[in-house]
Amino acid sequence: MVNVGGAPMIEVGMTLPEKVFYIDRALLKAYADASGDQNPIHQNEEFALSVGLPNVISHGMLTMALAGKYVTEWAGGSANVREFSARFIKPVVVPAGEKVDLTVVATVSEVDGSTVKLDITATSAGVKVLGMAKAVVVK
Amino acid sequence: MINPDSVGRTFKGVEEVTVTQSQIDAFATVIGETDTSVAPPTFSIRISLSQYESILTQPEIGVDWTRLVHGDQKFEIFRPIVAGDVFTCSATIETLRVAAGNEIVSVRSDLHNGAELVVTSWSTLVVRR
Repeated sequence: MVNVGGAPMIEVGMTLPEKVFYIDRALLKAYADASGDQNPIHQNEEFALSVGLPNVISHGMLTMALAGKYVTEWAGGSANVREFSARFIKPVVVPAGEKVDLTVVATVSEVDGSTVKLDITATSAGVKVLGMAKAVVVK
Repeated sequence: MINPDSVGRTFKGVEEVTVTQSQIDAFATVIGETDTSVAPPTFSIRISLSQYESILTQPEIGVDWTRLVHGDQKFEIFRPIVAGDVFTCSATIETLRVAAGNEIVSVRSDLHNGAELVVTSWSTLVVRR
């Protein structure tokens, strides 16, 4: 196999380095302001409990945005992401005063020339929070 | 209940949406992105969700936004969004189904800068009973 430029070969089945993000209430507020999604279930504990949630939960799209940051870091920048998809299968619960983890890792599922498809796993407190998370990047 | 006649229809956003550098900077800061020359890949949800809210909550469609949960999301990015992009937005209601009393609506958002399609995204939104 030829390994041009000293970078590791990208092969199907290869697992990329894991990265841990931390989510707290301040980050939820910052995301609400940056995204315009001011749904109180992401900021107001009393409201979250009143609609049957265990506590304040993260915006699914914040979870996805952080997984997106993981992908772009590996892909060499936001401009290299072509497709990105995920299901929100479990909420990320964010109690007051705590930082909860979002642990992201990905595996290469397809390589076609410079196009690489990734299967992404995202967990919080050991529970899978994104399902069918995939990205297509150009690298 | 969501009006079943809305399925298959495309709704145009009322106003054009201009992307500013400060919007990109704010979104990037939250996720720890320091390169703000282009928008992060999920940035367009900021535009699409607010378009969905204004379109889908119209009485003729009838989505109750306070009962909404985001089920899944997909982006197809033809080129990265940059500051100065001016988008016309459309939302197409692709499917509507009911499961366990919840209404599940799939919507597609197309963001055009002039004639150029920049991002298409799909959202599954669940209106809880």
